[in-house]
Amino acid sequence: MKFSILINEGPYTHQASDSAYHFTAAALRADHEIVRVFFYHDGVYNGTRLSVPPQDDRNVSERWSALGQEHSLDLILCVAAAQRRGILDEDEARRAGKDSNNIAPGFEISGLGQLIDAGIQADRLIVFGD
Amino acid sequence: MSVLHIINKSPFDRNSLDTCLRMARPSSAILLIEDGVYALQGNSAAATRLQQAMENHPVYALQPDLQARGISEENMLDGVEMVDYDGFVKLTTEYEKSQSWL
Amino acid sequence: MATKKFLYVNRKPPHGSIYALESLEVVLIGAAFEQDVTLAFIDDGVYQLLQNQDSSAIGTKNFAPTFRALGDYDVNKIYVERESLELRGLSKEDLMPLTWEDEDEDWAEKDSIHIVSSAELAEIIEQQDVLLNF
Repeated sequence: MKFSILINEGPYTHQASDSAYHFTAAALRADHEIVRVFFYHDGVYNGTRLSVPPQDDRNVSERWSALGQEHSLDLILCVAAAQRRGILDEDEARRAGKDSNNIAPGFEISGLGQLIDAGIQADRLIVFGD
Repeated sequence: MSVLHIINKSPFDRNSLDTCLRMARPSSAILLIEDGVYALQGNSAAATRLQQAMENHPVYALQPDLQARGISEENMLDGVEMVDYDGFVKLTTEYEKSQSWL
Repeated sequence: MATKKFLYVNRKPPHGSIYALESLEVVLIGAAFEQDVTLAFIDDGVYQLLQNQDSSAIGTKNFAPTFRALGDYDVNKIYVERESLELRGLSKEDLMPLTWEDEDEDWAEKDSIHIVSSAELAEIIEQQDVLLNF
């Protein structure tokens, strides 16, 4: 089956990203296809390259980057939500005249249309949030 | 037509469980995840409401979330089926759509 | 392109958090995809549709007027749960009069908002393909 995942909250503050991660990993283990993982609202904070959690705790962003890389996942941060919250890739940073960018590897910034498309393409869309 | 209702907040914090129970048709199932599993713990009014709901809906709980919160079979509502993340995925394939009552 | 039934479930009030605003942004962008769109307002979500919202004194962008444009985006199936309104001492008259123009009936202006019971909303939920919650 084809799954799309919507994540509405950032790392650590809410369990949403963790739950979504474990769900996604389980879906991949069961040989399902992940159409897209779309990060919205504070979910875009999962795409930061600059998180430095304690050594003995999970690194939520890196964990997504690794899963994304291993399975060639489409990890999308909503552009409007990301701009508001200061998660920028190189292009966005340059366009906005900012002095640096902070997007984590494996994540891409794209429009809300990708969420609608994710709903259209998938057999199941699962929402994780607060 | 069948819906998997997913509840992730405590019934003492949010009205998600109550709203879900207003809208859940008899063919649908209820899955408690994250803080939603607190509805199963002890002798609360929420547990009683869920017990009544079980007459019309299968109720599932995500075992890792129960374990994290110290809720075990001994202090939990009877008749709830525990699933792991693999079981969670399986449920979402068995029901046509999922409604996350955030 | 396949047409699916999308339901946007709104249960949070506006202004105190961004969910209402950003949910509306999805609806507006989504309109370009010509899917079958329905909006549901339940619990505190009904507050999003109240008249006379003015966020100037709290210094935020007031997005409430944007709801009035939904009709132009072919979003005209807006369901508000009666139980949620009644619990809050509200009625349809407290809500913005959202309308749309039906081109099949000589552009007659019609109400987009329908007040429905929980049972009716449960039925609507069952008919959808994609359920979005924010």
